[in-house]
Amino acid sequence: MSMTAYDRVRAARSQDRPTGLDYIQNLFDNFIELHGDRYFADDPSIVAGVAMLDDQPVTVIAMEKGHTTKERVFRNFGAPNPEGYRKALRLMKQAEKFSRPVICLVDTAGAFCGIGAEERGQGRAIADNLMEMMTLGTPILTILIGEGGSGGALALGVADEVWMMENAIYSVISPEGCASILWKDADKAADAAECLKLTAEDALQFGIIDRIIAEGDQDFTRTFAQIKQDMLNFLTKHKEMEIEKLKEQRYQRFRKIGTSYLSDAE
Amino acid sequence: MPFVQFLHKPKNELEKGGRTPKAKVHLAEESEFSKKCPSCGKSTPLSILWDNFNICQCGHHYRLSARQRISLLADGESFSELFRELVGQDVLKFPHYEKKLVSVQKSSGENEAVICGEAMIWKKPCALFIMEPYFMMGSMGTAVGEKITRLFEYATEKNLPVVGYTVSGGARMQEGLLSLMQMAKTSGAVKRHSDNGGLYITMLTDPTTGGVTASFAMEGDIILAEPGATIGFAGARVIEQTVHKKLPKDFQKAEFLLQHGFIDAIVPRRRQRAVIGKLLQMHTGGMKE
Repeated sequence: MSMTAYDRVRAARSQDRPTGLDYIQNLFDNFIELHGDRYFADDPSIVAGVAMLDDQPVTVIAMEKGHTTKERVFRNFGAPNPEGYRKALRLMKQAEKFSRPVICLVDTAGAFCGIGAEERGQGRAIADNLMEMMTLGTPILTILIGEGGSGGALALGVADEVWMMENAIYSVISPEGCASILWKDADKAADAAECLKLTAEDALQFGIIDRIIAEGDQDFTRTFAQIKQDMLNFLTKHKEMEIEKLKEQRYQRFRKIGTSYLSDAE
Repeated sequence: MPFVQFLHKPKNELEKGGRTPKAKVHLAEESEFSKKCPSCGKSTPLSILWDNFNICQCGHHYRLSARQRISLLADGESFSELFRELVGQDVLKFPHYEKKLVSVQKSSGENEAVICGEAMIWKKPCALFIMEPYFMMGSMGTAVGEKITRLFEYATEKNLPVVGYTVSGGARMQEGLLSLMQMAKTSGAVKRHSDNGGLYITMLTDPTTGGVTASFAMEGDIILAEPGATIGFAGARVIEQTVHKKLPKDFQKAEFLLQHGFIDAIVPRRRQRAVIGKLLQMHTGGMKE
């Protein structure tokens, strides 16, 4: 029995699903959280800091939704404000300075849609990350662990490799938003989810992601062990690479997306 | 054609570069004789509007097609188009998309939602992109992203500054994730152009929102905007539904962004050519050989 696109949406949004902090706890040792964007505030919807992956120091940047209602309110349901993206960029620059690889964990319905977010330049904050990540002089790995909601997700997604959990989704617009534009009816989200091609399999097929991570077990024990091993392999593969070559590869990775689908009018 | 007459008359010393409008000028409401202003409610005959850069007496800036903007901006016949052949495809087999593409291509006379090329502004060469509001409100799909990326690569190679006019509802839903990825792709090309010392000036026009705001619209060295333009990341209606609050009166208007420090200046349409021309003249250094 294969899952429908909307089943994946439900699974990706499930409150029981491991969140960013669960990944941090299970994959890394000695995580030390580093707060604040140095301009305005600390955004609890993005948790970031330094940690050890086996014997290697890494910078970890994770979106966090929280499990309980209280946690979820505190984390703004995983919807980052501009200061969250600015904190992420600050720590990426720090990682570059100290030659630490960056690991991003993405799980958001989207960047927060609020008055303050607009006043403090949500668009600009995301744009800055897209530009700076493209030429960051250290390896970047992004894993979509739950929801990959549009630009708010992509703001941590310009990486050397992008992986997706089997039940994660990645989409340009929420199925509800798409349904209300298409059919003026948000209840047709399930149909919209099919149209949007937002599953990990779709993303792999279109060359948007590099691999799908199977979610074999309910408590993720084996899954986490597998991810850790894969991460170590990623580091081995990218750490020795010349920085200029790494940046060129990253640029080309995004440069080619979609180009094979263009047609010639003349 | 009385509505293009003003293009022949130099308005001042600086305008005497001599410009001839392109033959093909797209007018959305060609059949109407006048337009009613959404700001002041006054009706103005089209011919008078056109003598006034399509601006109402009250200062409201009406929408312009990309070709109209090019004829206002570029010196004489200096604009030569690039990458016109690129068009989007219905890769996802998205409902109604293929039909929509065909009908919009017909009604707008354009292949895609951005026009790219090389031009002279005030005798300074530049790479130019102008997004097209009459093509799915400038939405960014694969072709738009590719055209803008190619333009920045072209400008980097030729050591040209880039001038870009944005108008967009954001990433094009109908091409799914492929559209989203154009945000990263274009940003990468902007960054390379910038690292090479290239100047990039953006003019944000009404409306500039979503994935375009969150990528190349906000990445200019100098960010300008048209008076009254709506500029933002999230749609106002979505924000209202999320926060359950009434939004401030000038929320997401160009004036609001200026006040909050996110744009450099608001430039009325009739001064844009002069301001951009001057800026180009003042940025002679920077480019790496």
